[in-house]
Amino acid sequence: MKRVSLFLLFSLITCYSYSQVKPLDMQHLQKRLSRSDTVYIVNFWATWCAPCIAELPSFEKLQKTYKNQPLKVLMVSMDFQSKLKTDVIPFIRKHKYTTEAYLAIRKNDQEWIDQIDKNWSGAIPGTLIVNNKKGIRKFYEREFTYDELNKLYQTTK
Amino acid sequence: MKKLIVLLLIAASGLSFRTAGGGYKVGDVATDFKMKNVDGKTISLANYKNAKGYIVIFTCNHCPYAQAYESRIMALDKMYAAKGYPVIAISPNDPVAIPEDSYANMQKRAAERNYTFPYLLDETQDITRAYGATATPHVYVLQKTASGNVVRYIGAIDDDTEGKNPNKNNYVQKAVNALLNGTKPEITTTKAIGCSIKWKKEA
Repeated sequence: MKRVSLFLLFSLITCYSYSQVKPLDMQHLQKRLSRSDTVYIVNFWATWCAPCIAELPSFEKLQKTYKNQPLKVLMVSMDFQSKLKTDVIPFIRKHKYTTEAYLAIRKNDQEWIDQIDKNWSGAIPGTLIVNNKKGIRKFYEREFTYDELNKLYQTTK
Repeated sequence: MKKLIVLLLIAASGLSFRTAGGGYKVGDVATDFKMKNVDGKTISLANYKNAKGYIVIFTCNHCPYAQAYESRIMALDKMYAAKGYPVIAISPNDPVAIPEDSYANMQKRAAERNYTFPYLLDETQDITRAYGATATPHVYVLQKTASGNVVRYIGAIDDDTEGKNPNKNNYVQKAVNALLNGTKPEITTTKAIGCSIKWKKEA
């Protein structure tokens, strides 16, 4: 019995040492970004996108650095919806990312892209920053280094 | 005379600046090009004397979204080349950034998959920039007219990259069918998630 509970405890710890990837549709994403006391930085990425993977550590670092500030970083995967269990969850687990992670649930790409930003061509990586209190909602179709990301946060918060 | 040439030069540079910004929009005249095909020959749109237009597709080896669409790109050429709308595939990426997209690897993939259409390397990336392609795959349907090759459709091949929806909207097919029927496409611009184009690092 003791062994079983130890095992359970151990699995709980390993389970929660990284983020659970949840499916997320547009309605829920918009709702997630609606608080006025929080700055949101939403990165759109995919497991197959090399420049995306290269910049994810910067987003993780930003969230960890400012964990005591009202900042929420979200990693929203644009992988195929069928790849949640085979690719996206194992990827987040492997890299032990603790930043909030989601998989975009969409009927088609276009609807999703246009609702994030009309000027987004659909190329990834892309990053959305939202500060409702200041009325800021800006989308960047580009890559970020940690310093650039930090600067973006500092000038938006 | 000299003054005129200078004026013309200024006008021309102004034009190229404009296109360098956002690329083509539907209704613009697309420039022709000379690019090396995987068979070693140089290809221009003008080579296709009997074409009524072109399905120009910026695509590449390495991108999973391009790979997901590869068989649909091949099908488009089989469907429309004989009707006067051949597929012209262009790889826009810097092979230094993505070795999988090198000329040799393009040759390999084209041979393995039996591409029935040219697969060109945009070595200078000038055409990619002029067209305004941002991701792979990215389609430009051109119609040959008296005033040049007019852009009639820009965007995705269909609205179902993952290939799961039997009722998908086949944008490119619909656009080309409309042109073949002597009408204009109903949907002229669409978007899809794709791999961003890998530009050469500035020297």
